[in-house]
Amino acid sequence: MEFLLYLINGISMGSIYAIIALGYTMVYGIAKMLNFAHGDVIMVGGYVSFYATTYATGQLLGDNPSETAVGVATLVSVLLAMIVCTVLGVIIEGLAYRPLRQAGSLAVLITAIGVSYFLQNAAQLLFGANPKNFTSVIGGQLSLFDGQLRISNVALLTVVACVVIMIGLTLFTGRSKMGKAMRACSEDKGAAQLMGINVNRTISLTFAIGSALAAIAGVLLCSYSPVLQPTTGSMPGIKAFTAAVFGGIGSIPGAMLGGILLGIIEALAQAYISTQLSNAILFAVLIVVLLVKPSGLLGKYVPEKV
Amino acid sequence: MAALLEVKNINVYYGAIHAVKDISFQVNQGEIVTLIGANGAGKTTTLQTVSGLLRSRTGSIQLEGKPIQNVPAHKLVAHGLAQVPEGRRVFQQMTVEENLEMGAFTQANSTIAPNLERVFEQFPRLKERRRQVAGTLSGGEQQMLAMGRALMSNPKILMLDEPSMGLAPILVEQIFDIIKRLHQAGTTILLVEQNARMALSVADRGYVLETGRITLTGPGKELLADEAVKKAYLGG
Repeated sequence: MEFLLYLINGISMGSIYAIIALGYTMVYGIAKMLNFAHGDVIMVGGYVSFYATTYATGQLLGDNPSETAVGVATLVSVLLAMIVCTVLGVIIEGLAYRPLRQAGSLAVLITAIGVSYFLQNAAQLLFGANPKNFTSVIGGQLSLFDGQLRISNVALLTVVACVVIMIGLTLFTGRSKMGKAMRACSEDKGAAQLMGINVNRTISLTFAIGSALAAIAGVLLCSYSPVLQPTTGSMPGIKAFTAAVFGGIGSIPGAMLGGILLGIIEALAQAYISTQLSNAILFAVLIVVLLVKPSGLLGKYVPEKV
Repeated sequence: MAALLEVKNINVYYGAIHAVKDISFQVNQGEIVTLIGANGAGKTTTLQTVSGLLRSRTGSIQLEGKPIQNVPAHKLVAHGLAQVPEGRRVFQQMTVEENLEMGAFTQANSTIAPNLERVFEQFPRLKERRRQVAGTLSGGEQQMLAMGRALMSNPKILMLDEPSMGLAPILVEQIFDIIKRLHQAGTTILLVEQNARMALSVADRGYVLETGRITLTGPGKELLADEAVKKAYLGG
């Protein structure tokens, strides 16, 4: 029973990694760059949601708000976080990355790290360095087997959100015209242009989707561990990036699989080996996987064409 | 006759390298026009300048009398220009049908089905393989797919860049048969080729490019018989 609990916790934490990893992998797939600021967009999403709910409960809802009112306020705060992050993602792409479209990948990488620090410091300036206490978007827990197995509703919600997002993205990239255009751009931008596809707009759209997902991940993450501070996004961001590489960067199912596996490994390592060593174990597994299969679990090895 | 495509005095540079030097040519409605020349003569550069992937420092490019030299590449398809790029460049990881849909990206959704039927009529092989991923097609099939994809946009002019490149002689014959068929069906074609003999034998008119300049022009049959062309491009 204990093992099952660790497993479920791992899967739900892994679902958050997976949602973040989707943002890394989609942006990498199309823009061939690692957007290291992605983790900090999560943090921004957390703050937007935090301030929106604080404002709603403090100013709008009165002393004894009904459960529905709180629910609606929470939903609105999540939507608001998604909108702000989407706009932020598109602005970051347009201002920081678009001018570097023809530049070397090192310049883009350094810029991404710069954007990451910029966001963290801007958050410190705007919101202060003191951690905020984030209230979970959903309380309560599910009790199974006469109370032997208790699963928090946040954990369930996270897994459901992850599955819904995965199905949504698969349908979008597989069926819709824009989704197909996105795949075409990720394969060959020049040829995509000859088809009449606006490559810049397609890249913006990818950043928009990835950032909206980051907002959802931010809210879920803060519901898990309620301490919200300017560096909240950086470690989960790095782990999710690891998950994306683990699953095969550029591959959507790969990000999903990588994220969930990473969550499970982390949870089991914390439970059975050592809490302090869990991160080290995580990255050791990544190194082993990359030694055996350099393209990641579901990644395709595509040789450079000359 | 009014030119469908008129290119006047274009000059294209790669950094300090002057790749296309003051080239002018025109393609009339319903014609096959070919640009021939050796490797590095500037054929592909010229074509990419017409399709907006490269920019000319001077001159003008007009499609049906409208200047298009400053229109971004992705908007030219809607103007009626379709290019089949060198090396085919089909979307390898997408299916044949998805590739064709991408060709119709700028078209209204209602035109996709009839266009798809028309392309499948021209290329029955593609219909057989419509659900197959393009990367698994043979070189000849990929060339057909690239041509079909370009035709999906109902182009006024189809530009083909080295369609015979890397194909076995029997497939080259097939591709040129298709080009002739498209021409008979009324498609205007601008053909860039290293295979001068094949290109000139199907073309109404040809232009010979040498190190970025047009050195000779005339009807396809005349160029085919020209001593200088024979010597330089047709192996004696």
